[in-house]
Amino acid sequence: MSMQTFAPLMFLGLIVIMLIGFPVAFSLSALGLISAAIAIFMGWFPVSFMYNLPLNIFSILSNDLLLAIPFFTLMGAVLEKCGLAEDMLDSMGQLFGPIRGGLGYSVILVGFILGAITGTVAGQVIAMAMISLPVMMRYGYNMRYATGVLAASGTITQLVPPSLVLVVMADQLGRSVGDMYKGAWGPSILQVLIFVLYTFILSRVKPAYLPGIPKEERTLNGWALWKKCLRGIIPSAILIVAVLGSMGGLPGMDTAIATPTEAGAMGAVGAILLAAFHRRLNWDIIKNGVTGTMRITAMVVFILIGSRVFSLVFQGVDGAIWIEHMLSNLPGGQIGFLIVVNIFVFFLAFFLDFFEIAFIILPMLAPVANKLGIDMIWFGVLLCVNMQTSFMHPPFGFALFYLRGAADSIYKAGSLPQKVLSKDIYLGSIPFVLLQLILVVIVIFFPQTVTVFVEKQQTVDVNSVKIEVPDQEADSDQEANEQNNTEQLMKNFK
Amino acid sequence: MKPFLTLAHVIDAISDFFAVLAKWSVMLCVFISAINAVIRYTLSYSSNAWIEIQWYLFAACVMLGAAQVLRVNEHVRVDVIYGTLSSKKRIWIDIFGLVFFLLPAMSFFAYLAWPMFWGMYESGEISGNTGGLIRWPVVLMLPLGFALVVLQGVAELIKRIGWLTGNYEMDLTYERPLQ
Repeated sequence: MSMQTFAPLMFLGLIVIMLIGFPVAFSLSALGLISAAIAIFMGWFPVSFMYNLPLNIFSILSNDLLLAIPFFTLMGAVLEKCGLAEDMLDSMGQLFGPIRGGLGYSVILVGFILGAITGTVAGQVIAMAMISLPVMMRYGYNMRYATGVLAASGTITQLVPPSLVLVVMADQLGRSVGDMYKGAWGPSILQVLIFVLYTFILSRVKPAYLPGIPKEERTLNGWALWKKCLRGIIPSAILIVAVLGSMGGLPGMDTAIATPTEAGAMGAVGAILLAAFHRRLNWDIIKNGVTGTMRITAMVVFILIGSRVFSLVFQGVDGAIWIEHMLSNLPGGQIGFLIVVNIFVFFLAFFLDFFEIAFIILPMLAPVANKLGIDMIWFGVLLCVNMQTSFMHPPFGFALFYLRGAADSIYKAGSLPQKVLSKDIYLGSIPFVLLQLILVVIVIFFPQTVTVFVEKQQTVDVNSVKIEVPDQEADSDQEANEQNNTEQLMKNFK
Repeated sequence: MKPFLTLAHVIDAISDFFAVLAKWSVMLCVFISAINAVIRYTLSYSSNAWIEIQWYLFAACVMLGAAQVLRVNEHVRVDVIYGTLSSKKRIWIDIFGLVFFLLPAMSFFAYLAWPMFWGMYESGEISGNTGGLIRWPVVLMLPLGFALVVLQGVAELIKRIGWLTGNYEMDLTYERPLQ
């Protein structure tokens, strides 16, 4: 066996081992270790490779950027549980309800706002379905439109900052989280507009599908209604703007005054205060919030450990060169590469979660994209838009699965006139998957949708946002120290 | 089978104990990080010890929590095939994975990480940053965390063999973690 054939074999092994269905983190670690053992046996690697593994793992744990994962997760978990979704949907539904398609608009809009605030697709789909599905059914909305718009609006959260996927991608692509967030605003707003436009056209072509609600049905009117809407939106919007603004994650913000980690921590504390302000803070919210956060963090970082071991070996046996060789000779240069990669990721997303794609597939593709002169932020955001569809395709789509569950429990509770069929959920999702694919095409051909909000390279340095405070020097010293320290560690260890 | 199952439950309890520590290190970390940020902007003061404690706690959260995540079956799987299988086949896949992937890989990580910790402990190395923290406690998280996952892996193996021999009832549904 030569080294040239080993990388493809590892890739094949990767596919087989993942399909078995054992937790990816452990299968990957094992595959990485076995491959490393073979590489050492064949004399491609020195034995010391194994002894350096703990240092590599240690460097994941001491990565300051990854701290943002638990912080943003906790922020979302707390805000999700304090009834914001319910308040907003109720008030916005009443506000827009009388317009044709109004309930659709309110779901899309609330999906977008919640996307910025919370951050789990599952939580969002369930919360929105619980409130809006019964109302939509009661007033005779078309079942397929209703389920489709609910699932699709739930997935917006993947793309709207502060999204977990974008933090992970920033780490993998070596760009700052702030820039990644800035880049994601364009496509997320575009997506909302596309959904709104579709709803508008549908309401003109098939008025019976999305009827307006009689005004008499409102429980609130005039100022009281506006007040409830604003009360639901404004405090959380302020929190998000403050958090994203301070880390330079909003368009037009040149300087970051806080690192993503600090912003995340402030956000989590802010979320707890906000829950208290809405009088919804209780012990369960905190306890469940930290439990869920710990589990997600441990799970994500363990996959990262497994994939780090795998990719160290994969890169070591020139896997990167193999991938590059396959992909860089595609016709059509940048665009050809992007189209192929997007089709590839679209199909991978049928059975892989974003974690696996971001940790395993992305590091393989990114170097090639970089060589072709593709902007890394554009590339990351584009793949993120693409991966959104994975929540939507029937029959495995995650959002559909949760919608199914929510619809069943509402039906059992007696607030739906008829059972929601799986067929309706599947067929209802198709137009929205197509709309999301249109967005992918738009982002491929108009990179400006992403890059217009990101300043040119000047403020960017790898992985960290420069902090504009007097002790800036101390900070970079500290980084240098950190580096020395790792070297020291290595020496000690040998 | 009985004593083995008792052992499995003892291991469950150990994992849960460490998970409690992991859970609250998240909360502590949030507060420390937020206070750090506030103090830095208001008083222009920052301390390396308080900055380092953040990722010490992060490491604790990940490494001490992972075993419980395994217990509650929340490590993410690719369920495209797994999801369609019968309980019995799932059990066999899990047994195969535990024996050939999880136990060897995690034991090996623990074995590799131990000398790193021991070296630090003996030398009493302190972080290179001024006012930084002593290193060994955070490095300890590596061998400890991997060892806990190995232990939990043994417990899961026992439970699954118990299920196959009809001595143990367990819930085999797998739900993808919230995302």
